[in-house]
Amino acid sequence: MAIDKNSNGYTFGFSIVMVVVVGTLLAVASQGLKSRQDKNTADKKMMSILSAINVEADRTNAQELFTQYVIEQKVIAGKDLTAQAFDIDIKKEFRDKNLPAADRNYPLYICEKDSNIYNVIPVIGTGLWGPIWGFVALESDYRTIYGASFNHKTETPGLGAEIKNASFSDQFTGETIADTSGVFAPILIVKDGSGKGINSKVDGITGGTITSVGVEKMVNNTLEVYVKYFNTLNN
Amino acid sequence: MSEKKEALFSKKNRKLMTDPLDGSNPISVQVLGICSALAITVQVEQAFVMSLAVMAVLIFGNLIVSGMRNLIPSRIRIIVQLVIVAALVILVNELLKAFMPDVSEKLSVFVGLIITNCIIMGRLEAFALANKVWPSILDAIGNGLGYGWILVVIAFFRELFGSGKIFGLQIIPESFYEAGYMNNNMMILPPMALITVALIIWVQRSKNTDLIEEN
Repeated sequence: MAIDKNSNGYTFGFSIVMVVVVGTLLAVASQGLKSRQDKNTADKKMMSILSAINVEADRTNAQELFTQYVIEQKVIAGKDLTAQAFDIDIKKEFRDKNLPAADRNYPLYICEKDSNIYNVIPVIGTGLWGPIWGFVALESDYRTIYGASFNHKTETPGLGAEIKNASFSDQFTGETIADTSGVFAPILIVKDGSGKGINSKVDGITGGTITSVGVEKMVNNTLEVYVKYFNTLNN
Repeated sequence: MSEKKEALFSKKNRKLMTDPLDGSNPISVQVLGICSALAITVQVEQAFVMSLAVMAVLIFGNLIVSGMRNLIPSRIRIIVQLVIVAALVILVNELLKAFMPDVSEKLSVFVGLIITNCIIMGRLEAFALANKVWPSILDAIGNGLGYGWILVVIAFFRELFGSGKIFGLQIIPESFYEAGYMNNNMMILPPMALITVALIIWVQRSKNTDLIEEN
């Protein structure tokens, strides 16, 4: 018996079968691939942290180098000081804008490279289209930036997306985030090209103004909290 | 209809692949998929990866729709096509995230753009729904390549003049900049993509006079 393919019954039946098949397929794919995807995300995070202390890692050796260089992970402020620093998703910590700063968890990674100690601080903020984040490494004086690495989700390629390039993040090296007495000193991202050298100024990205401003806010907002914490260590 | 066994790469089938490169190019002749030609042609690398991704989705989309063409109820065929394309794109994205995380990172938001790419829906509706599987695959490859080469050419000029680089490598020497050469920031902005497309169309039409409409 031929089926009338224009009948309502056939159309309904076809839709139901299609939705079930496609839904199952996607659910299976999502669940089946999740562990691999999570591992990739974790590897990427380790690579970014290592990149802030100028250690180049790739996906094959990220885990190994991470355990080699990172000697301590801790949470410096917030509700749960015993939490595993690496497992803290700072995107979630900062998403709720109404949450008082005291209730947020601030992770800190302490790294040792060539017998120098570096403090790697995760930063997060918003660019033009979506979240931007990164890691800033401070030297053991708690005020000089040793290195930085930034990344983004959806910034415009060739414009805002340039923040992830070393040519941008290397400018932070040597800048200080606090004066010698521990008073917080913000880093400005400037348009006029005066950012060269060590002067608490960094050149922004041409055509990527909003992303550049986002980086400035992100770095300063987060580092301010850490500077307060470091001051308590110094005293 | 008398079925004659056709060679896999008969003249007609080859034409399916070569036509979209020039005479019926999806971008420069049919003016489809302009939105993504605008958005991701700032750098050659992105354009290249995007072209591959679109081609992959196009091939599998055409394959599935063509295979099911006698089952799909015509009243809901557009919805069915959308579901197929969307499912494929999500699947490709999940697979990339798991197995090729670096590529997935480069594509980031543009994966979503594939779903809305008019070329894909256009080929499913206009070709795959009425043709056998093998010609549909060839048609998909042809259109994917036709889309891809235009994208890469646009990206080549935009990256070269916009940031002095190709594939992220500095091409214009430092001495030019010292002599006063400046990157043209206009090239990075979306309007220049349209102007570049227009220039390509101009060149193409002056070479291929068949494309010029008679008034």
